[in-house]
Amino acid sequence: MGTPPGRWLQSWSTLRTPGEHLSCSSPCFEAPRAAVPVSVCPHQQRAVPQGIPFTPSPTPVPLRSPAACGGIMPGGVFLGWRKEARAPTRALLGWEMLGGGCLGAEHLPDPHCCSSVPSHGPGGRGGGKGLILPCPHAASVPPPQDIRNTVGNIPMEWYEDFPHIGYDLDGRKIYKPIRNKDELDKFLEKMENPDYWRTVQDKMTGADIKLTDEQVDLVQRLQKGQFGDVHFDPYEPAVDFFTHEVMIHPVTNRPADKRSFIPSLIEKEKVSKLVHAIKMGWIKPRKPKEDTPTYYDLWAHEDPNSILGRHKMHVPAPKMKLPGHEESYNPPPEYLLSEEEKLAWEQQEPAERKLNFIPQQYRCLRAVPAYPRFIQERFERCLDLYLCPRQRKMRVNVDPEDLIPKLPKPRDLQPFPTTQALVYRGHTSLVRCLSISPSGQWLASGSDDCTVRFWEVCTARCMKTLPVGGVVKSIAWNPNPTVCLVAVCVEQSVLLVNPCLGDKLLYGATDQVLESYTPPEEERVQPVQWLTATIEEHSKGIRLTVQHSKALKQVTWHGKGDYFATVVSDNSSMQVLIHQTSKRWSQNPFRKSKGLVQCVLFHPIRPYFFVATQRYVRVYNLLKQELTKKLMSNCKWVSSMAIHPGGDNVICGSYDSKLAWFDLDLSTRPYQLLRHHKKALRSVAFHKHYPLFASGSDDGTVIVCHGMVYNDLLQNPLLVPVKVLKGHALTLDLGVLDVLFHPTQPWVFSSGADGTVRLYT
Amino acid sequence: MGGLEKRKYERGSATNYITRNRARKKLQLSLADFRRLCILKGIYPHEPRHKKKVNKGSTAPRTFYLLKDIKFLLHEPIVNKFREYKIFVRKLRKAYGKSEWGTAERLKDNKPSYKLDHIVKERYPTFVDALRDLDDALSMCFLFSTFPRTGKCHVQTIQLCRRLAVEFLNYVVASRSLRKVFLSIKGIYYQAEVLGQPVTWITPYAFAHDHPTDVDYRVMATFTEFYTTLLGFVNFRLYHSLNLHYPPKVRRQSVPALGGFPLRACLLRLLGLLLQKLSALSASLVRVVAPAQEDEVEMDEFPVEGETAEQLDARRKEQEALEKHKKLFEGLRFFLNREVPREPLAFIIRCFGGQVSWDKSLCIGATYDVSDPSITHQIVDRPRVEQQVVGRYYLQPQWVFDSVNAKLCLPVADYFPGVLLPPHLSPFVTEQEGDYIPPEKLKLLAMQRGEEPGEESEEDEEEEEEEEDDNDNEEEEEEEDSEKEEEMKLKKMEEQKTQSNKALPVKVTAGKVRLEDKQRLEQEQQNEEKRLAIMMMKKKEKYLYKKIMFGKKRKIREVNKLAAKRKAHDDAIKEEKKKNKKARRA
Repeated sequence: MGTPPGRWLQSWSTLRTPGEHLSCSSPCFEAPRAAVPVSVCPHQQRAVPQGIPFTPSPTPVPLRSPAACGGIMPGGVFLGWRKEARAPTRALLGWEMLGGGCLGAEHLPDPHCCSSVPSHGPGGRGGGKGLILPCPHAASVPPPQDIRNTVGNIPMEWYEDFPHIGYDLDGRKIYKPIRNKDELDKFLEKMENPDYWRTVQDKMTGADIKLTDEQVDLVQRLQKGQFGDVHFDPYEPAVDFFTHEVMIHPVTNRPADKRSFIPSLIEKEKVSKLVHAIKMGWIKPRKPKEDTPTYYDLWAHEDPNSILGRHKMHVPAPKMKLPGHEESYNPPPEYLLSEEEKLAWEQQEPAERKLNFIPQQYRCLRAVPAYPRFIQERFERCLDLYLCPRQRKMRVNVDPEDLIPKLPKPRDLQPFPTTQALVYRGHTSLVRCLSISPSGQWLASGSDDCTVRFWEVCTARCMKTLPVGGVVKSIAWNPNPTVCLVAVCVEQSVLLVNPCLGDKLLYGATDQVLESYTPPEEERVQPVQWLTATIEEHSKGIRLTVQHSKALKQVTWHGKGDYFATVVSDNSSMQVLIHQTSKRWSQNPFRKSKGLVQCVLFHPIRPYFFVATQRYVRVYNLLKQELTKKLMSNCKWVSSMAIHPGGDNVICGSYDSKLAWFDLDLSTRPYQLLRHHKKALRSVAFHKHYPLFASGSDDGTVIVCHGMVYNDLLQNPLLVPVKVLKGHALTLDLGVLDVLFHPTQPWVFSSGADGTVRLYT
Repeated sequence: MGGLEKRKYERGSATNYITRNRARKKLQLSLADFRRLCILKGIYPHEPRHKKKVNKGSTAPRTFYLLKDIKFLLHEPIVNKFREYKIFVRKLRKAYGKSEWGTAERLKDNKPSYKLDHIVKERYPTFVDALRDLDDALSMCFLFSTFPRTGKCHVQTIQLCRRLAVEFLNYVVASRSLRKVFLSIKGIYYQAEVLGQPVTWITPYAFAHDHPTDVDYRVMATFTEFYTTLLGFVNFRLYHSLNLHYPPKVRRQSVPALGGFPLRACLLRLLGLLLQKLSALSASLVRVVAPAQEDEVEMDEFPVEGETAEQLDARRKEQEALEKHKKLFEGLRFFLNREVPREPLAFIIRCFGGQVSWDKSLCIGATYDVSDPSITHQIVDRPRVEQQVVGRYYLQPQWVFDSVNAKLCLPVADYFPGVLLPPHLSPFVTEQEGDYIPPEKLKLLAMQRGEEPGEESEEDEEEEEEEEDDNDNEEEEEEEDSEKEEEMKLKKMEEQKTQSNKALPVKVTAGKVRLEDKQRLEQEQQNEEKRLAIMMMKKKEKYLYKKIMFGKKRKIREVNKLAAKRKAHDDAIKEEKKKNKKARRA
């Protein structure tokens, strides 16, 4: 047909006017055959006559082989065609936009209109007017019925239960075509209607459509897998755009330019410039590069002062360790590993191994193999050099002998007990406490076998055994040399016992003193009960019983021998009681408990009273009735305490195996903390005259130390351990339970859990 | 006061250190480049004294560099070269991608390169500093020179390493500065004394390498890059200190006819030949100034202040011994059999003034033949030698090594072919007091002192020693026994006492006179004093003391273990001998 371009433009303008009806006419597709190099693809020439519905296809067909367009096109023209081809597409897009998504009845594509791609095009668009003109190809569909899809492309099952599908512009329901056929009707129709096989139902509208012959043909072709277009021949001979053969004639017949025969002036100029530069020596030929490095005397002018500042911080890398005998290929036999050692070596982590190889012996040099880890070792060295953080470390280069403090030799500090002299046997259970008479002749010991035994010190002879009917927790001999009286702690009472040993005058006088007591007229309320001994008890030696309300822990005498203090194992304010023997009355000095009291002591000279709780030692002034000092022991649990006879120094033993020496004039903290025992300390003691103190511990040893206190206040006490005394056997994990010095001699007694008392001289 | 108050981590040690990542960002370098730079410039991480303070309160493991070091790197011209190289690689890749071969060629010609001279000078301001750090450089060069010419690293690097290593060996030969050698299972250790500095290096045995997969060859190559530069300059200086040509020339060089080859090929061949000749280690080097005579300048002696005559004497003796050691193999002619590693042995023998040759077909540079009657020693490493020539010793190679270490020519009897060799001891071990000394070493020391113990007397000595040991042991045992006895006696006495208290049948037995060893009593007393003094030590000191004593005890334990092992071994051998004797008799 050869639609003139003017026509095309016209139709283009029609596209742009809304409300116009476009139509597609099949005759226009006759055109392509005739089309020779035209600037517009004939397939795209959808120039449509007015008033005829048009089925635009969104995918333009011309992308098919140009051969289909029926002619060889030179490239440039072809490109032009493609350029043109884009325009209608855009137009179609515009069309779809105009359509606003309102799609008309789906019908199978016209084989002329779009050959291979089945397009669902809108049958037409009523614009605002709601007028529809059906496609002439779908003429079999009855026109009067308003068959439209106004709901869009939605799942149709939403309308399954309704009699209508969507609404028209006026809001009226668009009804589905009535389908009230039953099976019989269907069968009859099938039998009678010759077109039944080619009738399909349009799901979008619910209408029946009878397929045309062309459509049926297309369906059949597609089912067979053939091309949709009948006229398309897939086996057409391929024709190259450009021939591969070299042609003898030029493409253009244009004669060569003159300039191609004349040498270029510009080039000449350039060359002459280069020649000149070469002549002048400005341009030199490229030198072959030397890849061998050149060396010279780098340190010709070495200046030791030129060392950079950072070299002061420089830490030179340590050199590799030099090999020892074990690395030899033929080491002495002792350096070879035995089987177990080899096994151990293999099981160790590589980083933990002392040697990073297994020593081996080869009988001659010829037999030595290559070392497999040689490269790895060099590599590790490299890593060490650049990755390993370096630090200057001061190596401790101390002679261990220098660390040992220089102390005076024990030999120069004599006398002190050195050897075990006597063993006092007799107790059958552990001996908890010891006490010695002020004269130093008699020794009293209390034990868990419910007896108190009196020994003669010099002969280790048991003079007397006093059954007391309870575990003896503490025992204390009256320090007054004119009185012969022993205080014994048994369960809830303190027994004042006259052992009737030694001078008869002496112990007779003691009895007399005790008997001469006259009770005061008015009874005073006392925390304890003072009971005189019965005759039976009297015969045993017991003179007085001080009955407490709770179990007792300790009893200790004042230096003068009239007062004594007791400690009750209780957490109340009644823990410490002070008793006066001559007046037989007792008092509770503290209103409030300050913790669990471990032991108490009277100051030997001044009216001070020491109370040791778990961690502190409190010093009270008895006259002023106030707290004077509080000593921090730095220990976990104080077990025992002793006071230097001078009264200015205190030692505390603790269960965490420490011994704290306090200098009361110096500080409330320990002057020195000795950790020489391996286990808990049970008791500590000072000697009355000699500068000695001793400590007994659960490890079964008694350590005797020299503790010199100088009169000069500026000179600190000198503490030197002088002897470790062993002898007690460990029983029930207990060793030494009590230590005690002889009042005049440099002897020390110790009582142990093995039921013995030992004397070291 | 003025000034702003500084916050917690803005002063003190936190400002002196910088983490690796921050350093990298400051230098604007990739991690690989940063590592390369650190290797070349010798920058290493520092461990701060208070890590938590430096790490701003965190305890995460981090590596810290000194901020000063990093600032110092900022001005390094090589950093720019790194960047240029990166650009070059990018351009080259692009050119290859576009198949622009001409551009690629041009780019390759203009490949940016850098020199490390200034870095060497900077890291080692004086020559002695460089010598001190030569160990790793030498070991690495020797390792690289044994690499195959394919893969792993550039052929030029390998060749350069080989050249430098050979040059250094030639210097050591010329200066006769080798002191110690050691055949270990890892390789051969050498120690030379170069200008008063001990330089130790290790060379692998000549086998093909089994290249490991867990080694980053790029790191090693970077190190080698620096080490070759360093070694080159050091070699130059060393050669000039001996008035030798550098690059070295070989004396009596006969230029083989090379007609027909183009000039460049000729040169290359010559160079290769030179390297071969050098590596043969048989020819001496050409001096810049021909030595008029063997002018050994008598060193004047300046007595140092405070030095007594004895010390002076000792020094002189040492000097003499050193001179003697240097001329250990002078006048001896060696011949190396082909199964013997040629290079190490030729090197060692030449270092001590010996003459050495080998089979002509083995290597270039052979000076005389096997049949030469003047050969004194032939080094053999096979169990048996057919056709022995009279007038020369056939020895195993260990003899050379042991003799060098012993500083005297050892008796040859132990080193004949097929003989069970005596153990090869490390010369690098100097035994302190309390260390274990193997008996072979004792023998050697005795020999060095000039004693000439015959074999029998040696055995006697050994036996005596053993006896002494036994005596010592017995004494110790006795001590223990006597202590136990005492205790037992005491216990008995106690028991008796207590029993006597209970039951009265008292017996008096004649007492034994106990001899009291006064020395031992004193010893015991001293020990007790020490124990008591240790009790009074402060906690800190006690901890330190215990640690030291633990170390000492462990050392003693190890020594005892070695000694016991040796004894067991010797005993086993003796018994075997006895059995053999008996078997022979029967």
